[in-house]
Amino acid sequence: METEINTGATGVIDFLESANLKTKRETFDPFTTPESIFRAILYGSALCMVVLLFSVFLTLLIWSLPSIKEFGLRFLVSKTWDPVAGEFGALPFLIGTLITSFLALVISIPFSLSLSIYLGEYAAEGVVPSFLRSAVELLAGVPSVIYGFWGLFILVPVVRAVEVKLGVTPYGVGIATSSLILAVMIIPYSASLGREVLQLVPAELKEAAYSLGATRFEVIRRVILPYVVSGVTAGNILALGRAVGETMAVTMVIGNSNVIPQSIFAPANTMASVIANEFTEATSTLYVSSLVEIGLLLFMVTMIINILGKQIIKKMSVQV
Amino acid sequence: MQRDKFLFRLLKDRLFKTAVSIFSFCSILPLVFILFYITKNGIAVINWQFLTQLPKPVGESGGGISNAIVGTLMLLVVACTLAVPLGISAGIYLAEHKTGKLSYLVRLCVEILHGIPSIVIGIIAYVWIVKPLRTFSAFSGGIALAIMMLPVIVRTAEETLKLIPETLKEASLALGVPYYKTILKVVVPAGLSGLVTGIILSIARVAGETAPLLFTAFGNPFMNLNLFKPVNSLPLLVFNYAASPYPEWHGLAWGASLVLVVFVLLLNFFAKFMTKKWKVRF
Repeated sequence: METEINTGATGVIDFLESANLKTKRETFDPFTTPESIFRAILYGSALCMVVLLFSVFLTLLIWSLPSIKEFGLRFLVSKTWDPVAGEFGALPFLIGTLITSFLALVISIPFSLSLSIYLGEYAAEGVVPSFLRSAVELLAGVPSVIYGFWGLFILVPVVRAVEVKLGVTPYGVGIATSSLILAVMIIPYSASLGREVLQLVPAELKEAAYSLGATRFEVIRRVILPYVVSGVTAGNILALGRAVGETMAVTMVIGNSNVIPQSIFAPANTMASVIANEFTEATSTLYVSSLVEIGLLLFMVTMIINILGKQIIKKMSVQV
Repeated sequence: MQRDKFLFRLLKDRLFKTAVSIFSFCSILPLVFILFYITKNGIAVINWQFLTQLPKPVGESGGGISNAIVGTLMLLVVACTLAVPLGISAGIYLAEHKTGKLSYLVRLCVEILHGIPSIVIGIIAYVWIVKPLRTFSAFSGGIALAIMMLPVIVRTAEETLKLIPETLKEASLALGVPYYKTILKVVVPAGLSGLVTGIILSIARVAGETAPLLFTAFGNPFMNLNLFKPVNSLPLLVFNYAASPYPEWHGLAWGASLVLVVFVLLLNFFAKFMTKKWKVRF
């Protein structure tokens, strides 16, 4: 009985109900009292989230069945994407996604890490840091289509000029441009995660190092970074998940070419951008189904990345 | 010698701090550039006609984006109507059942839902709504946006309501107030500002979304108030007109970008302001 009461209000309710309202319950239909209707609604809407996720997964799976049956595992390794001949292989898009996301991550890491160190360690209070923090938050709030639009009109000419200087084919659009845009888009995300992780470092550890005469740089390098390395990695994994799923900005500046890119300046297509470009044009069942299968892959990849990243961060917070 | 070593350490410290500061400030340069170009190109086209007229065909100057503004509002209203009640009641469930198998599963599912790429949500809404109804529609776009709003609302609602002290609830229950009234009249009002902040944040998240609307709301050069017909929206208009080869349409796209950015950033500011001013504190 004690445990029941200690579980809080619900426990109290159950206790009261079982004690006093027993006769009432038997005479009334339990599904018509406001009490039980309310509880049923809460339960139902919570269950709804689970149902929603599973139906999303099942829908994707069912719609990609024709393509899975037709191509099997060949879908992942074939490099021919030819809607006219009805031959679909997703390799160019897998490679496109892989290169753009990793390149974006590599570009973003120095910036996001600096930001989290600066905001977390050097300047937590004050006008400049709070301005910086708001700016980063705003950067995260800008819609992706705006990034794409801006990239198309401002960044593409710049990249084209660079390409002319380098002596490669000056497309302007392509993997390099999309990676730059993606990097800008994921910096706020990994920076804010990084800052949160930095705050988990126990003050005692830092103070101990300072009291031994370490400079700030040495404290960051030898105490803080080793402590947060898994958390920061997790933050970057989550940022990678963002980059993989990002659609609009990439679609606008990647140049939409369905062959395997030969250099980082070449136009390409990512999994998300090929869906965005071709889904409304897809006429045959197999075509649609192949695009949905790419969507299914995208769904599973981002899901695995997200769960992995969140688990690492959760583990870290529990340790502290 | 000893002194040199010490100076070298200090120098390294200085250098590191400088490098970190430079990198930090560099990372907000894109924001400055984006806001600068959008304001510069957007201000030039924005006037009263721009907000109240329909887009003109290619070749005619002027024209506006009224259809996209109305379409965006329609999509957001549909999405909110669906997502807000469902999201908040799921949030209440999670806050009330902190442990338990279902709560754990629901939390996991909400997390995964949050991470689904927006383009995949577009496919889902297409398969569920557009295909059976055989037409692109504002309704299907609203559903897509609602699916994207749900995780944000559920999470913020849970986080907020968890902060409401148990004693408040117990006091109400002790007075003989039934459970559902306690939740609706005591717990929810106490956390109202947090709930509203969550809703605003979720609107800010989806207001700029284009990918889920590509094959649901689809876009429409005319004014449309019918829920079951295609509508235009600001991000869709930016995407379609930016990709076009006509300078007049680029002008419209810059203007629409400015309107969209101002709208989204205002929502973010407002949400931040609310969390600061009316934070749920006990």
